[in-house]
Amino acid sequence: MKIDPRWAGFLVMVALGLLLMFGLPQVLDLFGLVQMTVFVAMAMFALSQGFLWGYGGIMSFGQAAFFGLGGYAYAIAVINLGDSTLPVVIAVAVPVVFAALLGYFMFYGRISDAYIGVITLTVSVILFELVNSTSGDAYHIGAAQLGGFNGIPGVPPLNMPGDSSSPLDPGQMWYAAVGSLIMVYIVLRAILASRFGRVVVAIRENETRAMLIGYDPRFYKLLTFMIAAGVAGLAGCLFTNWGGFISPTVFSLTMSAQVIIFVLVGGLGTLLGPMIGAVGIEYLITIAGSQHLVDANLGLGIVLVAFVLLVPQGVVPLIRDKVLPFAKLVPRQSKPIPTGAEVPR
Amino acid sequence: MTSGTLLEVRGATMRFGGVTAVDTVDLTLREVELRCLIGPNGAGKSTFFKMLTGQLVPSSGTIQFRGKDITGSNPHEIARLGVGIKTQVPNVFNGLSVRENVFIGAARRKSIKHARQIVSETLSRLQLDSIADRIVGQLAHGQRQWVEIATVLAQEPDLILLDEPAAGMNHAEVLRTAELIREINRTQALVVVEHDMQFIRMIASTVTVFNQGRVLMEDDVGHVLADQRVRDVYLGKQAA
Ligand SMILES: Nc1ncnc2c1ncn2[C@@H]1O[C@H](COP(=O)(O)OP(=O)(O)OP(=O)(O)O)[C@@H](O)[C@H]1O
Ligand SMILES: [Mg+2]
Repeated sequence: MKIDPRWAGFLVMVALGLLLMFGLPQVLDLFGLVQMTVFVAMAMFALSQGFLWGYGGIMSFGQAAFFGLGGYAYAIAVINLGDSTLPVVIAVAVPVVFAALLGYFMFYGRISDAYIGVITLTVSVILFELVNSTSGDAYHIGAAQLGGFNGIPGVPPLNMPGDSSSPLDPGQMWYAAVGSLIMVYIVLRAILASRFGRVVVAIRENETRAMLIGYDPRFYKLLTFMIAAGVAGLAGCLFTNWGGFISPTVFSLTMSAQVIIFVLVGGLGTLLGPMIGAVGIEYLITIAGSQHLVDANLGLGIVLVAFVLLVPQGVVPLIRDKVLPFAKLVPRQSKPIPTGAEVPR
Repeated sequence: MTSGTLLEVRGATMRFGGVTAVDTVDLTLREVELRCLIGPNGAGKSTFFKMLTGQLVPSSGTIQFRGKDITGSNPHEIARLGVGIKTQVPNVFNGLSVRENVFIGAARRKSIKHARQIVSETLSRLQLDSIADRIVGQLAHGQRQWVEIATVLAQEPDLILLDEPAAGMNHAEVLRTAELIREINRTQALVVVEHDMQFIRMIASTVTVFNQGRVLMEDDVGHVLADQRVRDVYLGKQAA
């Protein structure tokens, strides 16, 4: 039986994911595993940006807005409800609904692509300022004190579904995080393989042609935007869980900029790239931070500049199109790297 | 129903600032009619197509498709009623394969299976099988024109607008295009914009002549090509 190479790649990816999920706990100590867990949350955040930008051709400069909304929605809901089952759903639903409203205004209002970047950026800044100014006892939602710039400490962790008396320990949290990441990857792959996903990519390639065939680009962009927001929200939920804490910095420009860098370094127009970018860069920052070698932000800047100059297509496309064909592992593809949006080079 | 009116344009006008690109044009097209639209550069042919497909909203006038007013409708709404267009400047999905381009054309509101069937039929009808898996952005201009035509055909529209389909094609390709147009016309209406008079003769039909945004004349191909006024506008003289 002949297997389509794309499906083969997909299966290999899922297998590798499962291998890491069950293998890393065997080789890492708990401290290392906990550290990896936050990388997984960031990888999911990068998937959100990579899906939206690389496939939808929509450039959001404020994806942290949805990450933060997911995180806060989880924290507030779980503090009020106790059991984490519903709060996880809420952490996805709140960013999706918010994206639906914002996206409707942007896409149906025929806002041009450049302004979509500006608007998403502005929205994330507004959310940051808004949440930042909620210090004081007056600001609470139910039992949850918002805490302004101090954030919300002591957020209860995930528990076994429906059973708030058995919270997950950090080791189990690892499985929950990687399991969710693999699930999100599978869902996004399925979406991209569906007719909906193929039309999304076609619209990225040529919006006019898609319209002239009868597809309404506004609808497809809105849905893509909402899906990406849901993924970012789930990432924010995992992030909050990891530290048991959330503060307005989740809405910061640094967060939004960082995730763009993850995608650029890993490879725009792939799903694997953003994840690799996130884990790789987070790892480097952690090492640099612990060694006090360089300032983390400076390091991030250097990495970005180096990549834009030396590997503008990103790590994954480089390996896929240059290294693997050279090693004769896969046939050389004539396919250019679909970038969709204009990459600043 | 074949004698019914498919397209009815009344007083269509398109102004860009001081320029009137299309000026009170009336045009009626029957079901399954083949119409050629000719005229010198800048006569307003492409602008007229953009008004028909919703890419431009007419400054005034009305456009009806099967009795339904589509003046100012969105392009995707007009497309859904059964209007397809190959634009003058190629509009294709450059980063996708030939097959994927045609699939996107076929896939709206059809099962994947049905769409795939249309794709394979269309590819072999236009002899694109051998390049089906090539990326469209890497093909020659003539081939990309074919891909665009294939995408439009896969849509199965009742009215097909072709803006200079033979441009950039070699002689053999031009012949094939003419043949294809006649074949399409067995079931679908077409409006074809072309500068190549030989090509117009090959697909012989009613010809509408545009000049400076207005309809100069409309008659069968023999009369139009023999007409002195038409010769004059093509030679750059003012119409009498
Ligand atoms: N968006 C626009 N803004 C301003 N003027 C325009 C615009 N589009 C077209 N025009 C003008 O309208 C006139 C008609 O242009 P159009 O492209 O419709 O001509 P055409 O008959 O298709 O010519 P050709 O045979 O060269 O393709 C030209 O004078 C052109 O400069
Ligand atoms: Mg033209």
